[in-house]
Amino acid sequence: MAECHPVGFQWVMEAKRRGATIIHVDPRFTRTSAVADLHVPIRAGTDIAFLGAIVNYIISNDRWFREYVVNYTNAPAIINEKFQDTEDLDGLFSGWDAEKGQYDTSSWGYEGVEVSPAAGHREMFSGEPRSERGAMLSAEKLDPTLSDPRCVFQIVKRHYSRYTPEMVEETCGVPRELFLKVAEALCENSGRDRTSAFCYAVGWTQHTVGVQYIRTAAIIQLLLGNIGRPGGGIMALRGHSSIQGSTDIPTLYNMLPGYLPMPKATYDTDLNKYVEYNKSATGWWSEFPKYIVSLLKAWYGEAARPDNDWCYGYLPHITGDHSHMVTVAAMADRMVKGYFVMGENPAVGSMNAALQRKGLRGLDWLVVRDFAPTETAEFWRSAPEVVRGEVTPEQIGTEVFFFPCSAHTEKDGSFTNTQRLLQWHHKAIEPPGDCRSELHFVYHLGKRLKELYRHSDAAKDRPILDLAWNYREIGEMQEPDAEEVLAEINGYTLPERNPLSAYTEVKDDGSTACGCWIYCGCRKDGVNQTARRKPGSEQDWVALQWGWAWPANRRLLYNRASADPDGNPWSERKKYVWWDAAQKKWTGFDTPDFIATRPPDYRPPEGAEGIATLSGIDPFIMQAEGKGWLYDPSGLLDGPLPTHYEPQESVLKNPLYGQQCNPARLEWIRRDNPYHKAWGDPHYPFVATTYRLTEHHTAGGMSRWLPWLNELQPEMFIEVSPELAELRGLENGGWATVSTIRGEIEARVLVTERLRPLNIQDEVLHQVGIPYHWSWIGRSTGDAANELTAFVADPNVSIEESKAFSVNVVAGRRPPGPRAAAAAPLTEPSGFEDPPRDLEAVQGKPIGHHGLRTGKKELTEEG
Amino acid sequence: MTATGFFTDTTVCIGCKACEVACKQWNQLPADGDFFSGRSYDNTIHLEATTWRHVAFVERSVPLSGRTTAHPFSWLFMSDVCKHCRRAGCLEACPTGAIIRTEFESVYVQPDVCNGCGYCVVACPFGVINRRQDDGRAWKCTLCYDRQRDGMEPACAKACPTDSILFGPVEELKRHAELRLAELHRKGVTEAYLYGMKEEDQPGTEGLHAFFLLLDRPEVYNLPPDPAVPTKSCAVSWGCMALAAAGMVAAGMVAVRRGGEK
Repeated sequence: MAECHPVGFQWVMEAKRRGATIIHVDPRFTRTSAVADLHVPIRAGTDIAFLGAIVNYIISNDRWFREYVVNYTNAPAIINEKFQDTEDLDGLFSGWDAEKGQYDTSSWGYEGVEVSPAAGHREMFSGEPRSERGAMLSAEKLDPTLSDPRCVFQIVKRHYSRYTPEMVEETCGVPRELFLKVAEALCENSGRDRTSAFCYAVGWTQHTVGVQYIRTAAIIQLLLGNIGRPGGGIMALRGHSSIQGSTDIPTLYNMLPGYLPMPKATYDTDLNKYVEYNKSATGWWSEFPKYIVSLLKAWYGEAARPDNDWCYGYLPHITGDHSHMVTVAAMADRMVKGYFVMGENPAVGSMNAALQRKGLRGLDWLVVRDFAPTETAEFWRSAPEVVRGEVTPEQIGTEVFFFPCSAHTEKDGSFTNTQRLLQWHHKAIEPPGDCRSELHFVYHLGKRLKELYRHSDAAKDRPILDLAWNYREIGEMQEPDAEEVLAEINGYTLPERNPLSAYTEVKDDGSTACGCWIYCGCRKDGVNQTARRKPGSEQDWVALQWGWAWPANRRLLYNRASADPDGNPWSERKKYVWWDAAQKKWTGFDTPDFIATRPPDYRPPEGAEGIATLSGIDPFIMQAEGKGWLYDPSGLLDGPLPTHYEPQESVLKNPLYGQQCNPARLEWIRRDNPYHKAWGDPHYPFVATTYRLTEHHTAGGMSRWLPWLNELQPEMFIEVSPELAELRGLENGGWATVSTIRGEIEARVLVTERLRPLNIQDEVLHQVGIPYHWSWIGRSTGDAANELTAFVADPNVSIEESKAFSVNVVAGRRPPGPRAAAAAPLTEPSGFEDPPRDLEAVQGKPIGHHGLRTGKKELTEEG
Repeated sequence: MTATGFFTDTTVCIGCKACEVACKQWNQLPADGDFFSGRSYDNTIHLEATTWRHVAFVERSVPLSGRTTAHPFSWLFMSDVCKHCRRAGCLEACPTGAIIRTEFESVYVQPDVCNGCGYCVVACPFGVINRRQDDGRAWKCTLCYDRQRDGMEPACAKACPTDSILFGPVEELKRHAELRLAELHRKGVTEAYLYGMKEEDQPGTEGLHAFFLLLDRPEVYNLPPDPAVPTKSCAVSWGCMALAAAGMVAAGMVAVRRGGEK
């Protein structure tokens, strides 16, 4: 965190000053470790084993927060009797369909009721899709004593029973004493009086089990009562200033603003069906229809009427997985015509850089918008394969358009940072030359498209013609007024256009328009709430008047959990939001995240519907049953509980299960994306992990042009321990070549004690640290780490695995020309057996379009 | 006016180098060139005529008190800067009067007066001041004289995310430093000490207006253990010279007398 988020880290240092214990778990000793109280070096890719052992420690030592767990989590819920755990099936959960190559998740659910998840894969149904999903758990389906062997608590307990300190030592390479110190520190610092927080950066997500990493942290935090309370929670630190904003107002292919799912071509054929399949009968998502209708009113204005489904049919309907790597594989197979790249540099920052560039070569046209030409814009001219003579620019048919863009100081707009805080920034100067904002580009592109179709009366062109696309243009550059866009996002009444003040005012009858329901209120009373800058010293410690946080300017989500079941603060020290019995409403330092006047003793009557089903002790209001999920009865594709699987390319056999890797992972079986052996590959004996340095920014497009930053970290380098340096004859400051079967790179060597070999299962195991900022364009250049990585991903969110894979390292520079060994498979030493990644039942998983091996999910079949 | 300065608390430094970059940006200093040193994350190595803040990275096979690591190890960071000595060697050596003491009691080189003679370079016991190759004049940290004139704190202190670099009236900083040191000692960080804060601790400079809280010997951070400005040894030097001269005169007289005898 100190490495990648030094500005945010000031608050960690502030907490430390006030007595907090800082624990840092990382394969390397980083700037964070340097100031942490406790540093735990871990084998990259084994975090679930480590965290799972903490779960086991908490449960077996009876350190969990009983009152919180019994009342606020799904620990008492009884699970379907057909459910079988990975303990019973050697690493698989029940429901694996060998033929389809995917899980049928029906056996994971609650006994007798199907539940719609608050997030994740809402389209997962058992059998045919149907409506009226929700979860009012009736009393007989709950065991508040938590002793029924089929209740969630007991299932969790059994699932992690083999995750012991000894197992941590064998799997993660962490000495048991060190592990016990961490577990004990967390338990000590949780309860009524104290809370602990988890912070992670996106490196945690970049694994084939990335979602489950974070789920394991969630289980720990729920068991210890650390969610919805001040000083608790799980904080995701993101790579860019507005990545949170890019999921709220999404640039993701499968979402509409405010976490409404993108319609699926297969099911969601009209608005009724779309609503039926995506709303929840209970909990806050029962309000779903209001949000989609108001969004359609914001986008299609007058044209959106009740008799045409509010123009629902205009929305794109997805036919499968169109995430980044899936798209690039299709590009490489010449199935995609055009590609917009804005503020990204996939030729450096994305997996298997050579395959990324092959994808770019397969396009008809490419648009790149950035400060300076990036590798992605220059791939046709000076990429490594062009320099090596494997491809010539004449052979590349892609037409490349490069647009210079404005910096944040040259445009108005908002950033939404990691804690959902919107902060407005004002333009300080006009952008130079042809530089324009993204808003300018997209708005004027839209205007020109509308102009092109102006005379068309074809039905297929209506979505463009009917789009409400009127924003005030400012100045000579015709920059659209960013605050008008914010006004649309905030929402207004129709036809008066009075700003809405809260998402509870959003309607499903066409009388409101709202571009993103969770942002409703950010322009309350017509005032740009996100531009507020009242200093912290002039208000209380929650500082509600600095910027604006979604939803409803709430700084802490699910904060009902900061009070006990009776509505009183758990302790004076951790007082935050509580029930005011005199005034009969929730009150506190923050905006309460609960139905304002619902008393703690409210219990839903028989036959209740929608929000009325949430009882007075259901803090997690976005969940169908209002409880925090220790166990996920739906929404995930790879299992209801996090389970330790090895990375796609590991150095060890999975010590816990016969199933080596996540059975539901996405693989790309293609000639241009080969993999190493599952483990113990003699050609690639070391663990590698990629990361960022403080001195540079991601793929380097913003930082490698700046001499002031380049002098601080001037060249691509790798970090190795003195022991590995000795083993491979590497010299500090000299050169090394790192290779995988996909590519090889050269780098300077930094020999440092900050990387230590791990002793695991009587073997010495070496790890290599590889920063990923460099490539061939800019004032500071070097080989790109992502020449080494592979297309392989988490099944839930299609995020790649770049934080743990296997490599080889040798001394010296790489040869400049093409290397014969990289073209042909390496010969195996005699006696080497190629170990399988999967149990037999998983091995028949089918391969789909463009080599994607993901199982026959209906929604991943391309039309 | 009151003396202002820096108190750099290295125990909260995270080595982000924001101070180094903020300094270069505000003062519009050029980069020193790209050089991969192989010395931890330190690639600018030392203070220079065009590097007025420099962050040192020290990797040690010694743990810090109260920390738990898998093997005995710690990584120290220290943002170094001109010390603005109460008795400044550069100022005393400057023959043109280019180096002055400002109303903030800081030591400032007036670039329009400096003639690039370089006497100051050898007179600084810390090796802070140096001449730029391109214009020949001597340059160093100005304690952001221009910013202070406008009531702003220096760029490095402003940019420091963890308040490792504190700027303020020196007397206030001293009180703060004492409290911080006591707090660290109370927490068991017994190796912590203040470098250059008091005159009695550093008679050779009579104390610094930019002083540090350190966790290891000064040499580990590339700081002199006992710095002294050259004029501090003037009396002794002149004395020795006088003695030597007297000796030589005496020897000469003896020689002349003996020669005369022959």
